[in-house]
Amino acid sequence: MEKTINLKLKVWRQDGPKAKGHFETYEVKNISTDSSFLEMMDVLNEQLIQEGKEPVAFDHDCREGICGMCSMYINGHAHGPDEDVTTCQLHMRKFKDGETVTVEPWRSAGFPIIKDLMVNRNAFDQIIAAGGYVSVGTGGVPDANAIPISKEDADEAMDAASCIGCGACVATCKNGSAMLFVSAKVSQLALLPQGKVERARRAKRMVAKMDELGFGSCTNTGACEVECPKGVSITNIARMNREYLMAKFKD
Amino acid sequence: MSNFLSSSIGKKFLMSITGLFLVTFLFIHLSLNALLLVDDGGELFNAAAHFMATNPLIKIMEPVLAIGFIVHIFYASLLTLQNQKARGKDRYASGNSTPDVTWASKNMYILGATILAFLIVHIAQFWVKFKITKELEPTHIDIAGVHTEVENAYALVNATFGYLWVVIVYVIGSIGLAWHLSHGVWSGLQTLGWSNTVWRKRWEVVGTVVAWIMGLGFSAIAVIQHFFFQ
Ligand code: HEM
Ligand code: SF4
Ligand code: FES
Repeated sequence: MEKTINLKLKVWRQDGPKAKGHFETYEVKNISTDSSFLEMMDVLNEQLIQEGKEPVAFDHDCREGICGMCSMYINGHAHGPDEDVTTCQLHMRKFKDGETVTVEPWRSAGFPIIKDLMVNRNAFDQIIAAGGYVSVGTGGVPDANAIPISKEDADEAMDAASCIGCGACVATCKNGSAMLFVSAKVSQLALLPQGKVERARRAKRMVAKMDELGFGSCTNTGACEVECPKGVSITNIARMNREYLMAKFKD
Repeated sequence: MSNFLSSSIGKKFLMSITGLFLVTFLFIHLSLNALLLVDDGGELFNAAAHFMATNPLIKIMEPVLAIGFIVHIFYASLLTLQNQKARGKDRYASGNSTPDVTWASKNMYILGATILAFLIVHIAQFWVKFKITKELEPTHIDIAGVHTEVENAYALVNATFGYLWVVIVYVIGSIGLAWHLSHGVWSGLQTLGWSNTVWRKRWEVVGTVVAWIMGLGFSAIAVIQHFFFQ
């Protein structure tokens, strides 16, 4: 038999970027514990539409943990209480029957609220546009093993590349710092031959853009890596510091 | 260069360099203070204090040390303010339940302020009396067989630690320092980029050991002076 639960939801409602927001309390019934958090939110929205009320606006796209859109801060955690998952992958079995669940948008000056649970993460795109790419011609796909890359470098580059740009790191950071995101992007390229060519320029430009956009600096609390749905490690931040300092000292 | 110092990583670089420099200074300071626990009426301590007071290298290091403190505190304040602004005013109603985050790492400024408060008392009690108002009595000791007249720094230290409130202030200051360093040492090395998956664990252990050697060391000196050397 399928198990179902009833929940009380405290959801942040805000009409627009400038509007004053507030919490609204709703009840949802008979939620399957096999469903995902977003499916539960869909049930809530259906219910609101039936009642002639405005549905809750939230971002989502892939619903399989790869696009990074589903930004929700649930019961004191970015992406909810489960570890290493995005909100869309969070199962309702993580909640108890009758529990009150608080759902908030990311709150950080770098991510202004658009509406309800939606925030503007355009700042991340701007940081990527500042240098998070390879602009030299690297030819076609090389034969496997034509360019030897050590296992450690390949693994670390792959781990860094798993960042989906969701912004949970910024949302969690007491300093509103984007260092985990930026360092993942700097690392994934700096570790591989194609990306190494522009590593100095990339580190300088991406850090400069991050600062210009007003993100905070890192005090190495490590909260970001705990809440990151992809388990991106703050050792990437050490690597970015290294890349940046070396690039600056060479100038 | 100005561009470097206005960048977030540049400012953190200065925090880290000055912080680690202060740690080195504290190691020397603690080693010398340990002589306060030698039961010889303060002769060895006075000899060391005399050496420090007359050594030209130490004379140069004194202003460097002051600059180190000022830079560290200045950038600590600047970065803390900028980070508060970056975070924004809105707080989470459901709070923050992220596990595995140390209290020290989130309260470095408060711990720093505790150290600063202690530092002001400390400077007023010793440095001012040594250097400005010159309240030290002369005493005679043998340094390498040579009979020398030196200032009796030991007498002042010993008398100061005679007060229980002073000992309490020192213990609080030392514990605050230990806490600051329990995060500060590894954090400073991470800021310099000197960390990876393996070294991170090592630095955390080194940082904790350094922190508690300092914290317990300075506390012990004050406590033992009060209870056993009066
Ligand atoms: C003997 C005195 C002190 C020592 C040995 C010391 C040492 C350190 C070290 C090693 C760091 C790590 C730097 C980094 O993460 O890059 C640090 C960070 C910090 N210190 Fe101090 N400090 C001292 C006094 C102070 C004072 C007086 C204040 C403020 C009033 C202060 C505030 C801070 C702050 C806010 C940080 C940043 C935390 C972080 O980024 O991790 N410190 N300190
Ligand atoms: S580092 Fe992790 S938390 Fe930050 S944006 Fe990337 S995936 Fe999200
Ligand atoms: S909706 Fe794509 S990661 Fe959650």
